[in-house]
Amino acid sequence: MITRRDALVGAAVTTAVMTAVPAWAAEPELERVKVDVVAPPFVHPHEQATTQKPKIVEFRLVVQEKEIVIDEKGTKFRAMTYNGSIPGPMMVVHQGDYLELTLVNPDTNTMPHNIDFHAATGALGGAGLTLINPGEQVVLRFKATRPGVFVYHCAPGSDMTPWHVVSGMNGAVMVLPRAGLTDGHGKPLRYDRIYYVGESDFYVPRDADGKYKTYDSPGESFPDTIEMMRKLIPTHVVFEGRVGALTGKNAMTAKVGETVLIVHSQANRDTRPHLIGGHGDYVWETGKFSNAPQTDLETWFVRGGSAGAALYTFRQPGIYAYVNHNLIEAVELGATAHFKVEGKWNDDLMTQIKAPGPIPESNTQGFLTPATPGRPVN
Amino acid sequence: MLLLKLKALAAAAILAAPVSYGLAHRAPPTRNFAGPDMIELRTGTVTYKPAGDYTRADKPANAPVVAVKLAAGVTIMTHQVTRDEYLRCVDDGGCPAVDKASLPPPNRPMVGVSWQDAHAYAGWLSRKSGRRFRLPTDAEWAFAAGSRFRDEGWPDFDDADPAKRWLAQYDREAQEEVDAAPRAIGSFGGNEKGLLDVAGNVWEWTDTCFARIALDSADREVSETKNCGVRVVEGRHRTYVTDFVRDARAGGCAVGTPPANLGFRLVED
Repeated sequence: MITRRDALVGAAVTTAVMTAVPAWAAEPELERVKVDVVAPPFVHPHEQATTQKPKIVEFRLVVQEKEIVIDEKGTKFRAMTYNGSIPGPMMVVHQGDYLELTLVNPDTNTMPHNIDFHAATGALGGAGLTLINPGEQVVLRFKATRPGVFVYHCAPGSDMTPWHVVSGMNGAVMVLPRAGLTDGHGKPLRYDRIYYVGESDFYVPRDADGKYKTYDSPGESFPDTIEMMRKLIPTHVVFEGRVGALTGKNAMTAKVGETVLIVHSQANRDTRPHLIGGHGDYVWETGKFSNAPQTDLETWFVRGGSAGAALYTFRQPGIYAYVNHNLIEAVELGATAHFKVEGKWNDDLMTQIKAPGPIPESNTQGFLTPATPGRPVN
Repeated sequence: MLLLKLKALAAAAILAAPVSYGLAHRAPPTRNFAGPDMIELRTGTVTYKPAGDYTRADKPANAPVVAVKLAAGVTIMTHQVTRDEYLRCVDDGGCPAVDKASLPPPNRPMVGVSWQDAHAYAGWLSRKSGRRFRLPTDAEWAFAAGSRFRDEGWPDFDDADPAKRWLAQYDREAQEEVDAAPRAIGSFGGNEKGLLDVAGNVWEWTDTCFARIALDSADREVSETKNCGVRVVEGRHRTYVTDFVRDARAGGCAVGTPPANLGFRLVED
């Protein structure tokens, strides 16, 4: 009898044979540096601009299949992750650097996995050279030729690809220009903090009573999940893999006067980030830093399968909501994060002139009733 | 002022009027109907900051501390209305049908109920038992909650910086985040008065309407506006929820921590 795991692993073997490994090019004679990634929304320390020569920057990601809880009601979900987090960690290099990834698929997993870097050139973004079974690892090096923020995701082929992506296997790479970010007119732009927000659409199957179903393994969840996915209506749209992952105790923080770079990725589906009570001072909506950023945006559009970046200097203290401004997705499905911003209130920017209270008698004429009822304006 | 209150009450009556399920109310009380477990709290005084949004001299302010004497005492349910108790009302046509998918397991408090649902249950239970049940007022709830009542102890805000209040409130509520899965009755223990699960992970509806009260600099009431379409909800923190809402969510412009679950317990007159 062939188990689901055998069938899935068998598929991987077939693919591996078809994509013969090419001979490696000679090692570039560059300095090597190892980077330890951190879980989003945080980003590992990095230089915003560099005077150093290009390097080979080494990263390591371990694939983890695991059951996670994705909302406050305790809904369980069979997730697949890079390094245990959804989204996977952000990897930062500079244009001209080489990103060298060791991808590990421990034998505790049940399925083959790989990685497609949108920042890379050739071999399906590296997916064609990185497919590994449980118990294997692979090392891939690519040259970061284009500056910007780029999605990476798992792409094992056929309906495994969208399934792995919407199960959590996606993240982002940031390739910074060596001289750092600019406004496109020569003015350097720098940030005091960076947050990486990864948005996910989840499709959790329900039983006849409407309750979310649970499964013993990813393979067992596959048929129902694919059926849900094909309807294109997510049950959850969340940041950092869970409703409320970036609110309350986990809210992002900043201070008045600080400049924050918010990188927002969505590997599968369109979204429209909006900072309630703030703006995007400089926004690379398509996420590619050789284009001049747009300025003063209210909402920006991040296409499914891409990452965008927004730079904002907080000017007012308080709580800000950072949402997908399809507000149904923000409130009902979970795509809401919060910023807690400390600092001094600026009355010039906003003042409550009169606190809420009864409508004074003198105001009820004129303001509330048209001077001449029924008469059209002009 | 009196006119405002009358208007508010009329509005509440109108809202409550269409909520009538079946003809159960025509039936006489059921003989030997087993009523809920009640605790009789003797007469006492609760000293607290009442519910509502207060302004003092046109600036957001803490409510003044008041002492409310509950001369008749409070007779209140030992535990929150359970899922099975509530389902009896549904089966009897006294409460609206429930969404099976969101029902808690047996021996759990009923959650996912609106103020209107709770109000319907009180009516049904009263008719069924021949006794008089209703939702507690905010003062009665605070009195019965005893040491588990959380005072809205914001720092005083004299510098007209609205963000300080929001940040303080946000931080305090964030500390109170709790796993939302309803737990078995008694899981959160009893308070010193014998009430179970007060301020656990189920917030409780009260009968008190949302009010906005303007005070002058000498704390005299200048004006009050009431909205009985929004009721006071008590639990780990006090909040205000629209009466037809069954699941209070955060998100969008609502940036606080919402109640994990909406449930209720009743008092008896």
